[in-house]
Amino acid sequence: MEQIICKDAALGYEDGIVTEELNFTVSSGDYLCILGENGSGKSTLIKALLGLKPQVRGEITYTNGFSSKEIGYLPQQTPVQRDFPASVREIVLSGCLSKTGFRPFYNAKEKELAHKNMHRLGICDLEKRCYRDLSGGQQQRVLLARALCATEKMLLLDEPVTGLDPHAQNDLYELIAKLNKSGITIIMVSHDISSAVKYASHILHIGRKQLFFGSKNDYMTSKIGRSFIETEAQENG
Amino acid sequence: MAEIFTKLQYYFSFPFVRYALIVGLLIALCSSLLGVTLVLKRFSFIGDGLSHVAFGAMAVASVVRLTNNMLLVLPVTVLSAVLLLRTGQNTKIKGDAAVAMISVGALAIGYMLMNLFPNSANISADVCSTLFGSTLILTLTPFDVWLCIGMSAVVLVMFVLFYNKIFSVTFDESFTKATGVNADAYNLVIAIITALIIVLAMNLVGSLLISALIIFPALSAMRLFRSFRGVMICSAVISVVCAAAGIIISILASTPVGSTIVSADIVVFLVFWLISAFTGRAKA
Repeated sequence: MEQIICKDAALGYEDGIVTEELNFTVSSGDYLCILGENGSGKSTLIKALLGLKPQVRGEITYTNGFSSKEIGYLPQQTPVQRDFPASVREIVLSGCLSKTGFRPFYNAKEKELAHKNMHRLGICDLEKRCYRDLSGGQQQRVLLARALCATEKMLLLDEPVTGLDPHAQNDLYELIAKLNKSGITIIMVSHDISSAVKYASHILHIGRKQLFFGSKNDYMTSKIGRSFIETEAQENG
Repeated sequence: MAEIFTKLQYYFSFPFVRYALIVGLLIALCSSLLGVTLVLKRFSFIGDGLSHVAFGAMAVASVVRLTNNMLLVLPVTVLSAVLLLRTGQNTKIKGDAAVAMISVGALAIGYMLMNLFPNSANISADVCSTLFGSTLILTLTPFDVWLCIGMSAVVLVMFVLFYNKIFSVTFDESFTKATGVNADAYNLVIAIITALIIVLAMNLVGSLLISALIIFPALSAMRLFRSFRGVMICSAVISVVCAAAGIIISILASTPVGSTIVSADIVVFLVFWLISAFTGRAKA
């Protein structure tokens, strides 16, 4: 079941296109990894998918009753957040905000949802802890729980493992794979090609324009995929 | 001890002293709540910038001899707040420079206008009381007091109603926007509340010391508390207690009101800082 269809989209600003010729679809249950160099328009694409920045040309359509507001977003951490005095519970609960509308407080159902998602990500014992006292991996779990409070359909993760140690990176990848298996569509922007080909079902590789879109297996045998994997392998020794 | 009470009783028999206490406590309460958000959003200096704008606007108002200078000061400050918070969002350096530019610019022009078109013989006393709020609070009329009570009520109600939204926008604006919440609207609300509080607080501590009223209680509370709600409540309590202590001490010791309140805030900050340093990690 398709959720997002992107057709000939060009993204950027009025005075300059950042990336164009984007043609891809995201279906329910996919695990799509978006690869690209710095400055290739990955963050612009994220904004477009979230519906925060309209495309310059082309179409991005949400189908089968899906809407851009149902994407649970996991942004990159800002310096403000790293020393923010808030308890884990407060942060997870804030994921329910869009459900409250004009109601000023959270109701019992939303509190229950927050609790359920904390349980799901194994952070119940951290509920009362302060966010800034947590490790990087724990912080990402908190933000994932928050994103899950906002949606049950799709998660969009922006370089989620940046700054984590290898062990925590691995844990987070396994956790995301588990969420994917439970039926949540995953879109992940990443630098980490080896994990991308390990976990993803589809790859979207962008530069100034779309360089590749297809299944992971096709990517690994494609010319661009092979050269990208090789350069990564060389860089990592 | 009895002597002090008689003295206080004597002073509080004057309505203007009671007004000063009411207004002072309300302003302290509002500014401390807002301070938490501003400090966390890295906008500590916005209070300073806006209060200088308000100073400039007040100078203009007195030059054109407006009977109620609030009519000019309030809209000008609100407008500057909206502009400053908007430009300061993504471009850090630009936002900093914008605050600095507007704040010193308004200060210079305000002072110049007061000198070019003097309203009273003693300009430096006028300027001094606007900057440090030494006497202004004791000259409040009942209308000023009701205005202040009304505005504080508006600020408090907005805070309670938008508490969860303000938390979310402060913690993570991109996420809030992505879930379809209109984060810009809430930033606008924050900007307007900031301007309201600053205009109110000018009466109490003067334009130079407003930042202290905004940031000290929040910073003190952040030493010890580890949840947003805890920080908010603690900050409000600190601010109200310090304001009350400051006003009473200033009456007894004949010190300037504004700087006495700020000194009390500094003392509390040092105490909290020492406690957090000795206990290492604070409780949740």
